[in-house]
Amino acid sequence: MSRAARRRAALNLTLALIGLLGAVLALGLGDYPLTPAQVVEALVGSDSGFARTVVVEWRAPRVMVALAFGAALATSGALFQSLTRNPLGSPDVIGLSTGSYTGALVAMAWAGSGRLATTSGAIVGGLATAVLVYVLAHRDGVQGFRLIVVGIGVTAMLHAFNLFLLARLREETAMTAAIWGAGSIGLIGWDRALPALAVLAALTPLTVAAAPALRQLELGDDAAGGHGLRVEPARLAILALGAALTAVVTASAGPIAFIALAAPQIAQRLTRSPGTPLLASALLGGLGLLAADLAAQFVLPMAVPTGAVTVVLGGAYLVDLMIREARSDKTAR
Amino acid sequence: MEPLQRLSAQAVTLAYGRRLVAQELTAAIPHGGFTVIVGPNACGKSTLLRALARLLSPRAGQVLLDGRSIANQPTKAVARQIGLLPQTSIAPPGIAVEDLVARGRYPHQSLLQRSPERDRAAVVEAMAATGVSDLAEQAVDELSGGQRQRVWIAMALAQDTDIILLDEPTTFLDIAHQVEVLELLTSLNRRGKTVVAVLHDLNQAARYASHLIVMATGRVVTTGAPSEVMTEALVSQVFGLPCLVLPDPVTGSPLVVPRRAERTD
Ligand SMILES: Nc1ncnc2c1ncn2[C@@H]1O[C@H](COP(=O)(O)OP(=O)(O)OP(=O)(O)O)[C@@H](O)[C@H]1O
Ligand SMILES: [Mg+2]
Repeated sequence: MSRAARRRAALNLTLALIGLLGAVLALGLGDYPLTPAQVVEALVGSDSGFARTVVVEWRAPRVMVALAFGAALATSGALFQSLTRNPLGSPDVIGLSTGSYTGALVAMAWAGSGRLATTSGAIVGGLATAVLVYVLAHRDGVQGFRLIVVGIGVTAMLHAFNLFLLARLREETAMTAAIWGAGSIGLIGWDRALPALAVLAALTPLTVAAAPALRQLELGDDAAGGHGLRVEPARLAILALGAALTAVVTASAGPIAFIALAAPQIAQRLTRSPGTPLLASALLGGLGLLAADLAAQFVLPMAVPTGAVTVVLGGAYLVDLMIREARSDKTAR
Repeated sequence: MEPLQRLSAQAVTLAYGRRLVAQELTAAIPHGGFTVIVGPNACGKSTLLRALARLLSPRAGQVLLDGRSIANQPTKAVARQIGLLPQTSIAPPGIAVEDLVARGRYPHQSLLQRSPERDRAAVVEAMAATGVSDLAEQAVDELSGGQRQRVWIAMALAQDTDIILLDEPTTFLDIAHQVEVLELLTSLNRRGKTVVAVLHDLNQAARYASHLIVMATGRVVTTGAPSEVMTEALVSQVFGLPCLVLPDPVTGSPLVVPRRAERTD
């Protein structure tokens, strides 16, 4: 392991510790404020007073979900950006979140606003969009830039379709749909959090297993194939994994922008790692969504959905990214 | 006597989509030899190398490794026998030399089975053999073209295969570094590796190869020892270049000297 690799490991450890501290702080914030010491006492202590109810029943789901969903979105973004070798190749840019929204809207239009219908609709919608983009972009293997261009086209079409669907929904269903479409983790209690967290936990070992293949694909298809990787199946599996991570999160919380796009890029700058770092992205994604959710609850004068905060940040970041790309393109020539 | 061979292409038809590159091409790689493939641009040298390394499946025919079709062998098992340095590879931005070389260990690693000491030893040895040990901590994208090429070769060496295929390992190098890389390949060959390289310089090919494969538009024109194969007639047939072939004053191997182009003024 080179010095650079050791430095990255230290940085990851630091990020994990910050995440832990952030979580303890967040568990203390609210109408019934608690000091970090009280939070720890409530978590690990034996007494089952009111503080414990507040921390474990009310606040813990939201904090856990923020960390886990942020990590999942960022990992998904890292997988897609690494495969496409492009900072814009993130699942929300190539249409997976929009596709999940379409799936949810279709489910609501036909099966009402029941949670099971919405969730399954969103998962099916997200995965179907991934398949659609993959098939449309496929020509003798899938190449990154084509995937992004096709993805952006599909996003635009689905977006128009979503507006059409929203206009046709009955009024109260449309309200539910709009709230879901804004992306919020505030309404998720343990009952809804647990299934999603369980699926994410199941996807984690798969992601760990996929990491070496991802590192090989960074070397170009021929070098990766020369090392014994089955290039096209590996790419397909990684795309499927990335799509599943985003679909699960979107199905429970609605589309949450920015995290998948930005966390991997910031992680890469911070760790100066070759390629897109999976672990650092996940850690930063968790931190990022936790921070965005705290801002949505406590910093802004009125409560707004988490998704709104990340959309604003994401929009600014995207503009900045595009300006930089345009500039570096010019200087490259 | 037919040279012993472990790797060969048997009547392979190679194509990209509808673009047919080679039909019923047969080529054998002598075991323990230093084989050089020469031929004009776009004649299919890289394509043949990719087929030999199992990156491209033949439409017809088969590539044999130790008498068995490589298409039926696990990719990682093939990659433990045959290493490939592709014509173009990508170094992830900012990667340290040592970390890049270590990625060549992939075919020896699995989720359940890892031997970090063996990996580490192979990486150290590969960097020493290519003279890049001092650069271990440096970022690959901050190296000169020659240093970078040696790092890529180190990655292929770390793969620790009996057979190594190199696609134009000397391109972008100055003459001193070209010779250095060729000498490196020769010394690897002496230590028992079967080396196959695509080269464009006919004189270097003739000097370093123990076996030549001469290609033109998707077929093998001729094969054999450089002293027998490299003739004026062949060079003018394959490259359309009138030339003289003299004995190389240093090694005695054939030396190709292009004749002056006819002046029209
Ligand atoms: N991925 C590809 N898709 C379609 N056609 C290809 C592809 N790669 C190569 N070809 C075509 O196959 C033919 C042989 O290419 P190949 O790369 O094997 O040539 P080469 O002998 O290695 O040439 P060079 O000396 O320029 O490297 C060329 O006509 C090329 O255009
Ligand atoms: Mg070539």
